[in-house]
Amino acid sequence: MTIIQDSRFKIQKFKRNFFVVWVLSSVLFFLFSSYTAASDVSLHGFVQGNYSFSSRASNPDDGDFKWAEERVQLRLDAAKEPLRLFIKTDAFYDHIDEKAQIELREGYIDYIEKKWDLRAGRQIITWGVGDLIFINDVFPKDYEAFFSGRPMEYMKKGVDGVKIGAYPAFASFEFIAIPIFEPNNYPNAKRFYMFDPMPNVTNREEKDPPSNLENTEFAFRAYRDVAGFDASVYLYRGFYRKPYMIPDDINSTTKITYHYPKLSVYGASLQGRALDGVLSFEAGYYDSRQDRSGTDYTVPNSQTKFLIGYQRQLWEDFTVGLQYYNEYMHEYSDYVKNQPSGLPKDRKLYQLITVRLTQFLMHQDLRLGFFSFYSTSDGDYMLNPEIKYNFSDHVWAAVGANIFGGGESWSQFGQLDKNDNVYLQLRYEF
Amino acid sequence: MIRYLIFLLAALLPFEAFAISAEDVMKKSQAAFLYQGKDFKARVMMKLISKSGQERIREMTMLRKNYGETGGDQKFFMYFFQPADVKDMTFMVYKYPAKDDDRWLFVPAINMVRRIAAQDKTSSFVGSDFTYEDVSGRDIQDDTHALVKEEKLAGKDCYVIKSTPKAGDVDYSYKLSWVDKGSFLPLKEEYYDKKGELSRAFSADEVKDIKGFPTITKRTMKNLQSGHRTEVTYTKTDYNAGIEDSLFSERYLKQPPKKWIE
Repeated sequence: MTIIQDSRFKIQKFKRNFFVVWVLSSVLFFLFSSYTAASDVSLHGFVQGNYSFSSRASNPDDGDFKWAEERVQLRLDAAKEPLRLFIKTDAFYDHIDEKAQIELREGYIDYIEKKWDLRAGRQIITWGVGDLIFINDVFPKDYEAFFSGRPMEYMKKGVDGVKIGAYPAFASFEFIAIPIFEPNNYPNAKRFYMFDPMPNVTNREEKDPPSNLENTEFAFRAYRDVAGFDASVYLYRGFYRKPYMIPDDINSTTKITYHYPKLSVYGASLQGRALDGVLSFEAGYYDSRQDRSGTDYTVPNSQTKFLIGYQRQLWEDFTVGLQYYNEYMHEYSDYVKNQPSGLPKDRKLYQLITVRLTQFLMHQDLRLGFFSFYSTSDGDYMLNPEIKYNFSDHVWAAVGANIFGGGESWSQFGQLDKNDNVYLQLRYEF
Repeated sequence: MIRYLIFLLAALLPFEAFAISAEDVMKKSQAAFLYQGKDFKARVMMKLISKSGQERIREMTMLRKNYGETGGDQKFFMYFFQPADVKDMTFMVYKYPAKDDDRWLFVPAINMVRRIAAQDKTSSFVGSDFTYEDVSGRDIQDDTHALVKEEKLAGKDCYVIKSTPKAGDVDYSYKLSWVDKGSFLPLKEEYYDKKGELSRAFSADEVKDIKGFPTITKRTMKNLQSGHRTEVTYTKTDYNAGIEDSLFSERYLKQPPKKWIE
């Protein structure tokens, strides 16, 4: 699982120029509205306050909040067959960095035919059957949002691309092309303590794959029912979304360059009803195309990832979900041989268990939730208890905590040990 | 002797032919209540009302298609309008007699379709006083049925049927149903708990004729122990609308066709 490691770097994030998408969407929308006044238009959204207090220690920059913002989201949906336009825009004020910003979360046009459809623009794509474990979901994530106690939907980031769906009788298909690379977002080093193998090197640079035809990412999924199970196969050709470091000189580093190595993923998943619950399997082979021999320490080795999950309702409105996940590193002896002595070594077999408990009460107005990661190989964990209450059909609030610990100072959750936080989400939806 | 027996049986036959068994009443009731038409569509407005009068809304379009005979497979597709935090969610059920249903939920905020695990018999449907089983039906074979009496209810002749679950898989010990002799719709149901006390009560508050099918367009389920009740109104009700098989798929869960959900 690619959460964070060695990602403490202070680089100006390369901001995608969504201006083009925005202008395009607006122009199309106006064309659309003049095209027909009878088109079906709806506007929804929310106003939200989201605050996360560092409960264990002040932040590295002495701040006390991991997150503190007010946010407005507007969702515009306009449809006139065979076209549909969808725009989801957020405007927010961030109290920590004291800045206001507008963010285009999604903005796309659908063209829908009987046997196929097309979606062009910024869109969120979710693949795979894992619960917060991603093997074939190779699309960008926001781990800062996840660790800061933001609502779950903010863990997924949109991609700017084109998706074509084809639906012949025997199976369904999705083809995706993403010309503009979008990395994962990791926690800000001013707000989060994270492992850094070279804290004294301040000269750091991030190198995104340039946008050109050769670097366009392709993803493909085919799915259908197989004996009552939902079966999918997945193919991906693109890049790791986690940055890997290249020191200019490993023995006396003065500059670190972060890069996103080339990656292909071949995978499959199955999900269906079994044992009075829902059973899930997912597997994927991560082909690290720039280091198949496993000798380059600046590029990850190829891996095989596997997941099994089981979900069951035990009594009224109480559901339990369990997952076991592992990552097996190929060419491990070459990895060990070539890993520089100052850098931590990953295990050959990484193992993780998750537990999710959900109880609804008071006619589902009250939800008690608990989610935990525990790595049996690294010994570290993350716990996330949460209470959510719907005050009315429009107002809800959630209070929860993210608690990290165990393992090593460099392991996935162990490095986040000092970042425990308590959060509040308060939302008015319309 | 044999001739005498045949005569005796022949003499009894007319009585047997005219009387209807309790199980047949329930089968006909199931056909009228849950299986009418090839398919069915309604805009469903649920009001969840607490003892103190506080109201919550659940509004959805419900689509249903039959596969096979009464009591056979069915597929359901639901699209949620309200409350705001579930707007645009869709929910799909493949219902099978004598085995657990398959269920999928689509969460639009993260564009994700997931299977969900839930037991029909004890799960509340979207927090209402109805269980999943109340909405999609319970297998006739799961209960033993007995005709208790026949009586008039609101001017309609009814069979009163007592249905006792064969297994202890539900939280009531038996159910009484007032089934209209004309339409075979259940006009009233009473659920009794393990202590024999009335725990939940269903009533059909309005019956309309839609394309020749008598249809309950207003209904209430009341929990007598908590005082909470759920009032349901069906509008835009239609039968045999020609719902395609392809609707019940991941593709349309993610992108529900406007013509079906409006």
